[in-house]
Amino acid sequence: MKNVVVHYFAILREQRGLAQEKIVTEAGSAAELYGELRTRHGFTLEGSRLRVAVNDEFAPWDAALCEGDTLVFIPPVAGG
Amino acid sequence: MFKISAHPIDPARELSALDDPRAGACVSFEGWVRNRNEGREVQALDYEAFVALAEKEGARVLAEVCAHWPVIKAVCVHRVGALQLGELAVWVGVTAVHRGAAFEACRQIIDEVKARVPIWKKEHYVDGASEWINCATRGDFAKGPPPTAVE
Repeated sequence: MKNVVVHYFAILREQRGLAQEKIVTEAGSAAELYGELRTRHGFTLEGSRLRVAVNDEFAPWDAALCEGDTLVFIPPVAGG
Repeated sequence: MFKISAHPIDPARELSALDDPRAGACVSFEGWVRNRNEGREVQALDYEAFVALAEKEGARVLAEVCAHWPVIKAVCVHRVGALQLGELAVWVGVTAVHRGAAFEACRQIIDEVKARVPIWKKEHYVDGASEWINCATRGDFAKGPPPTAVE
């Protein structure tokens, strides 16, 4: 089990109802964690439409999660 | 320099940071909040950013574009928060010795920022509905690989 922190933005923040939370997870990767959270909270966006950041930098979905990591699941962007 | 700003953008102030005696051209772009999108009447917008990563990715965009075109200076500021119609959402300014590079670089910066930097926009419509743009209404982002760096 690992302790990680997830920050939520935009549509994910609204669907989760909060901006960040601490999570204890058995997920081995960011992809697995998103799958878990999507099931638990009913996120409408499929993982294939998101990118992920670990510790404030873009990361591959299959990167192993480490104790204390901070994750952000990044919905399709819409600046400008 | 790429910045996320929670306060209104002042183009005159941003322009002053571009002053350079070598510059023979300055091109700037302003993205404004408009009253229609995809056939719906827009009343206001909220912009939200993942600031830590947005400022890193924005800086990478500027560095890539400046490495590709002979640019003297480049600045991009993106607003976050609640914006009304007509407000300035994003400002890009580029200086170069000649106008060609300044035009090209300015265009490339705004295109890359829109495609890559983690900023989100929620539109509030006149009819009372609201929608996160791209999240709910368009599906093309993230289907392919992320946009590549400038060659």
